[in-house]
Amino acid sequence: MAQLKAGSRLKSAVCDTEVMVVKAPGGEVDLRCGGAPMVDLGGDVPGGLSLSDDAAEGTQMGKRYVDEGESLELLCTKPGKGSLGAGDALLAVKGAKPLPSSD
Amino acid sequence: MNLMMLLEMASSSFGDRVAVTNAGRSLTYGGLFRAAGRAAAIVEAAGVERVAMLDVSSLAVPVALFGSAWSGRPFAPLNYRLTADEVERLASQIAPALLITDAERAPALSKIDGIQVVVRDEWLSEVTADGSHDGSDPSTEWPMDPEEIAILLFTSGTTGAPKAAVLRHKHIVSYILGSVEFMGAADDDAALMSVPPYHIAGMAAIASSVYSGRRIVQLPNFKAEDWVSLARAEAVTNAFVVPTMLSRIVEELEAARSTGADVALPSLRAISYGGGKMPQPVIEKAMRFFPSTDFTNAYGLTETSSTISVLTPDDHREAAGSGDDAVRRRLISVGRPLPGLEVRILDEDGKAVDPGERGEICVRGEQVSGEYLGRGSLLSEDGWFATRDGGSMDAEGYLFVEGRIDDVIVRGGENLSPGEIEDVLLDHEAVSDAAVVGIPDEQWGEGVAAAVVLKRGATASVEDLQKWVKDHLRSSRVPQVIAFRDELPYNETGKLLRRVVRAELSGD
Repeated sequence: MAQLKAGSRLKSAVCDTEVMVVKAPGGEVDLRCGGAPMVDLGGDVPGGLSLSDDAAEGTQMGKRYVDEGESLELLCTKPGKGSLGAGDALLAVKGAKPLPSSD
Repeated sequence: MNLMMLLEMASSSFGDRVAVTNAGRSLTYGGLFRAAGRAAAIVEAAGVERVAMLDVSSLAVPVALFGSAWSGRPFAPLNYRLTADEVERLASQIAPALLITDAERAPALSKIDGIQVVVRDEWLSEVTADGSHDGSDPSTEWPMDPEEIAILLFTSGTTGAPKAAVLRHKHIVSYILGSVEFMGAADDDAALMSVPPYHIAGMAAIASSVYSGRRIVQLPNFKAEDWVSLARAEAVTNAFVVPTMLSRIVEELEAARSTGADVALPSLRAISYGGGKMPQPVIEKAMRFFPSTDFTNAYGLTETSSTISVLTPDDHREAAGSGDDAVRRRLISVGRPLPGLEVRILDEDGKAVDPGERGEICVRGEQVSGEYLGRGSLLSEDGWFATRDGGSMDAEGYLFVEGRIDDVIVRGGENLSPGEIEDVLLDHEAVSDAAVVGIPDEQWGEGVAAAVVLKRGATASVEDLQKWVKDHLRSSRVPQVIAFRDELPYNETGKLLRRVVRAELSGD
């Protein structure tokens, strides 16, 4: 469990996924990727972890991932094989709203 | 959260794609990323607190924007029409700063206290030549604090000291993530950029093009004929223009067509416009001229990190093809707010007005800054920014902007909107452009005056136009003075210079 801050960057402990926190809820979050807790981008990855089959749908570059209430929002800045989750609940891709280019 | 992250993602996903082209020279996304890193190292070594640029569009603009972000310094693009004296007045607000400019301006600007001048071409060679800058590794991590300042944009400030709008990384990144799809551009997409770097649209275009992977084609000094030939030569697919540019482009192409020249721009899929009021006849004519091109009207302010509402291509087609006046009128609206933003219209007492009623346009959302350097935030406690633009919203949510509230004419206690009177004048078949301003009036406090440009070969008298307005609006709105002009004064980014019109018509 960790308190997240908008702008902070994290990486998966079990795949290549990297994310930036766009929006963070007030409380602590058990942020996971591929079933394992995510670590700070510059931090050490604990050994002995592997990708969980229940969280292996992969992440996509440039997609935004949100929890059910959209109080947590992450931007995928590097894709990987794991799925993002808060606790056991997987995060969903935030619906794209196509807009015409305006500038 | 940092602008640099947008470029890092582009560089790692499509680093070999061309990011920006100017007069035959180009930078790829990877090249832009590396150049930004070297630029950041130079900024850090210089020990300055800000990076400024007084220059036309060049490859150095995106490098300086991202290099500043990488180094954690605000980037301040300055109006290159300012004189050295005027820059000196701004300098106290940005010093100590590194200032990138051209060789001609450099000597005069070097004398300003707290400003270290670098010449653009030399600086650009240094940051784009691989391995040329010894010890050039910038701190590999750029600051990720979303509250850091990304861009400072000075407003034109017609009275008093110019003020700098503060755009933080969180504002720009929110705007981009909320409105641009990562890698959404096709391989051959190219956006022609003819607005100057010191305009919010110029800054926003860099960030959104980089994130979508759309090549930027820079046109440093707008001329309609150059725009047309560059659009053709570079197979441009998208372009942003201010209304006066669009009007001149269509005139240029019409003149070319009358000589039998080929005027087709087959690659041009989309034109977006903003930065000033678009006269309905101009957009209708442009839509007829480019029948297969998508038009988008974008409304936004510097303080809102660019666009807050868009009139989409479908909105344009539906309005232009409609027999219903209310739907057709949407052609002069700025469309509906972007998702994730809230817009409301408030009366003078701060109460929300009914659909169709006039008031002040207020906006709330993550991209909204509403802050000036040294003056703090102008947002209300619950996050609303009062734009000082007057307007209304119809029942379908289409927003109509009537102009600056400060331009409202107060005649005998009645508030008159110049935009409303201008729209009626522009509907007259002989009128091609019109500006309505308040002039001193002994009886009413302020009176209504209009400067009018007639279409080529058309005629109309003062009395004709007065009667026309009287037939369409209440008599208090009829201009007591109408002066005919060959053209109206606009600045280079398409804003009507009302104070110039007002001074002329007041007999100052």
